Amino acid sequence: MADLQQQIAALCPQAQFDTVDNLLMVTVDDAQWHALAQQLKENLHFDQLSCLAGVDWKDSIGVVYYLTNTDTQEMVHVKVATTDREHPMLHSVSDIWAVANYQEREAYDFFGIVFIGHPDMRRFFLRNDWVGHPLRKDYDENPELNPIRLEDEMNEDDTCTYIEDEDGNVKKVDGKVFEDDEYVINFGPQHPSTHGVLRYRVSLDGEMVKKVDVVSGYIHRGIEKMCESLTYPQTLLYTERMDYMAAHINRHCLCMCIEKALGIEVPRRAELIRLMMDELMRLSSHLLSYGCLTMDQGATTAFFYGFRERELIYDIFDRTCGARMSMSYSTIGGVVADVHPDFIKDVRHACDVIESKMKEYHQLFTGNVIARNRMVGVGELRKEDAINYCITGPSGRASGVHCDVRKTHPYSLYSEFDFDEVIRTEGDSMARYMVRMDEMLQSIKILRQACDKFEQCEGNEYIAEKVPKMIKLPAGHWYQQVEASRGAFGVYLESDGDPKPFQKPYRMHFQSPCFNLIGVVDLTCRDNMIADLITITASIDFVIPDIDR
Amino acid sequence: MFDFSTVTNWLHELLLGWMPAWLATTTECILVALFLLLAYSVLAMIYIMYERWVCGWIQCRRGPIRVGPAGLLQIFADVFKILTKEIITLWHTDKFLFFLAPFLVVLASVLTFACLPWGKGMQLIDFNIGAFFIIAVSSIGVLGILLAGWSSNSKYTLIGAMRSGAQMISYELSVGISVLTMVCLAGTMSITGIVEAQKDGWFLFTGHIPAIIAFLIYIVAANAENNRGPFDLPEAEHELTAGYHTEYSGIHYGLFYLAEYLNLFVVSGIASLLFLGGWMPLHIPGWEGFNTVMDYIPSTIWFLGKAFFMTFIFMWIRWSFPRVRIDQMLALEWRYLMPVGLVNLVVMAIVVTQGWHF
Repeated sequence: MADLQQQIAALCPQAQFDTVDNLLMVTVDDAQWHALAQQLKENLHFDQLSCLAGVDWKDSIGVVYYLTNTDTQEMVHVKVATTDREHPMLHSVSDIWAVANYQEREAYDFFGIVFIGHPDMRRFFLRNDWVGHPLRKDYDENPELNPIRLEDEMNEDDTCTYIEDEDGNVKKVDGKVFEDDEYVINFGPQHPSTHGVLRYRVSLDGEMVKKVDVVSGYIHRGIEKMCESLTYPQTLLYTERMDYMAAHINRHCLCMCIEKALGIEVPRRAELIRLMMDELMRLSSHLLSYGCLTMDQGATTAFFYGFRERELIYDIFDRTCGARMSMSYSTIGGVVADVHPDFIKDVRHACDVIESKMKEYHQLFTGNVIARNRMVGVGELRKEDAINYCITGPSGRASGVHCDVRKTHPYSLYSEFDFDEVIRTEGDSMARYMVRMDEMLQSIKILRQACDKFEQCEGNEYIAEKVPKMIKLPAGHWYQQVEASRGAFGVYLESDGDPKPFQKPYRMHFQSPCFNLIGVVDLTCRDNMIADLITITASIDFVIPDIDR
Repeated sequence: MFDFSTVTNWLHELLLGWMPAWLATTTECILVALFLLLAYSVLAMIYIMYERWVCGWIQCRRGPIRVGPAGLLQIFADVFKILTKEIITLWHTDKFLFFLAPFLVVLASVLTFACLPWGKGMQLIDFNIGAFFIIAVSSIGVLGILLAGWSSNSKYTLIGAMRSGAQMISYELSVGISVLTMVCLAGTMSITGIVEAQKDGWFLFTGHIPAIIAFLIYIVAANAENNRGPFDLPEAEHELTAGYHTEYSGIHYGLFYLAEYLNLFVVSGIASLLFLGGWMPLHIPGWEGFNTVMDYIPSTIWFLGKAFFMTFIFMWIRWSFPRVRIDQMLALEWRYLMPVGLVNLVVMAIVVTQGWHF
């Protein structure tokens, strides 16, 4: 790390260094930031922007960037802030890391930070007539300012970009998303194949897709804003309402982040239970994604086959957690209750059944000539693009990116388990589909090992003894990543160390995998057909509440 | 075997005893029309339930079981629901064409429906160019679909209608060619003639390899002609929500739905006419005892049985395959099905002239 610090200091002498949460933190001024970012990517190979979190520090306002080197998996984070609260402006890095495009639009939406050089500076979640930027600490919550509006959003084709000339003057340049003579068709927010309330505006030329504009925010609940007015145990609840197909995994992530901040050791039994729940969740998610992918291509029967086996997993959740969705099972320091006595038996049974039925799925769909024609070579995502757009999870691995957090930054007990990271190199829809199918087998392998370990595990402690009743975090910030069903899920947690009881998070940012996944919809669908748009989005497989949060 | 023409002749004589010939003919026409519409709606209901049960069975489900014994009343509930639903008229649509479209679709399917060989002596429309008539009237349907898509003034329906136009016109060629192949074997276009020609064995068995090829082409093309999966692109639910009939509601939507199911019966009926002998029982030359036993089964049962069997095959295909893409669908027709069908027609002509068939 000291080595890395020297290298960065050589690139940018003005940078200040600190070590927070075992990661190197670099603080730079906005003036040097764009040049440093370029150097970090080109010279030090920090080619992936894993997380971008806007933060309002009251005296200043800015952004924390988490960068990953995809070769060494080394991480570093950079803090860039400005003291101009009236018109905060930072330089955009969307030309360096493509994923920053949507991420910066989100930061603009919530903090009002204008990114100079960003090609499309629109709000991302909220309507364009929204007054104020809600995650700023000086946000006016008066409901009269933002009543429930009953009319359509005006001028949704308008966009703008801020350009800086050589003298440092910033100029606003207006633009249009679509030209007037384009045949623009709406997909969503109510559409059978967007799997929720996402909306695309698609410009068509006959059956060919020319451009896709993602309009998000139809299920935006302001989870990050709500978390700032809740105590830590209460915030856990919202993690399950983002990617509900990775409910256990997301909750596990936030629990780990808080445990890390508090320095709590979780009992082995609890960690094993969590890990098994995570893998069951992943299995259920991949089964659902198989079902949805097949149904979106018209193979309705395959959908039911996937859902039939998924029921076994939901029965296990039901017996142990008392709920089929939004299980609320992990908690700070462990899990809320011990597992059902038949848990191990049920898990083994589910593993056996799903493994035997996998053959049926392949027979029904994978080998089908129509299915192959629809998926092979459709929506290719190159490895460079996958890294640039920070595509993780099965979709990233289908493009050949080594991005399984369970392998790259082993958390929980994953380092004890013997399993393979499924990687394909084709990057097309078929590869994304096949990665999921193969990952299900790996999850079964992990689950079987976990069952054995669970039976050998001594002690029946399912929650740590030393969890304080009143959870208070010291001042600081932490970042925790896990491998959720659809990619790397990260939690950025900042605490101001408030000594009063019922401490609330100062800032909580959820880096959801699906948010990055929609970033490549335009890239992969362009110059393909309408039917391919459906195939590609189904194979990328995002969950809308996870995008909108 | 019972010949239904004895009944019709008796009725005709009976009516002539009471009224002049023109009135008798008019009365008979009305009776026939009533029978036709009754059979049309009853069969549609049976087919909707049939599809649900087959689909449920294929998908490891039980299908409708709640309403009435074994879910039998479900269909009545659905029909009642669709009849009582509001008909929504949209702004900025061409109202006349918008309302005309579903009737054109139904018209095409009723006309084709009337040509089916219902049983011995139960032929409603019997020209000497029957097969030609079927091909001609069945293509009115595409007009209704195009009109529906165009007059709705919506981008989704327009794409659906354009897809439908491209698809149905393309696949009509293959359907036509495979019908022609069988007409070539039968030596007549008359529907009664085609059925009679299969007295000594159904064409599928006597027609040699060309008949089997024509049968396979017919199954693929008829599926496409019917807009059923894997060729359900015009209404591709996951792409265009409901395609050309997105904007329809109430009974207008119901008419499209009705026509869709009846077209399924019609293509199954035509398949059984051309390849499985229509109402003709299974006859094996030389097996007199067997043939007599087969003759005891009423001809209508034979026809319906064959049609239901063919429908089962169509449903099986629909619920097993994913949907094809528009370019793949057109490539399949123009690059494979039509050339193969044309060559097959020539081969069939050679087989018939050389007398190589059974």
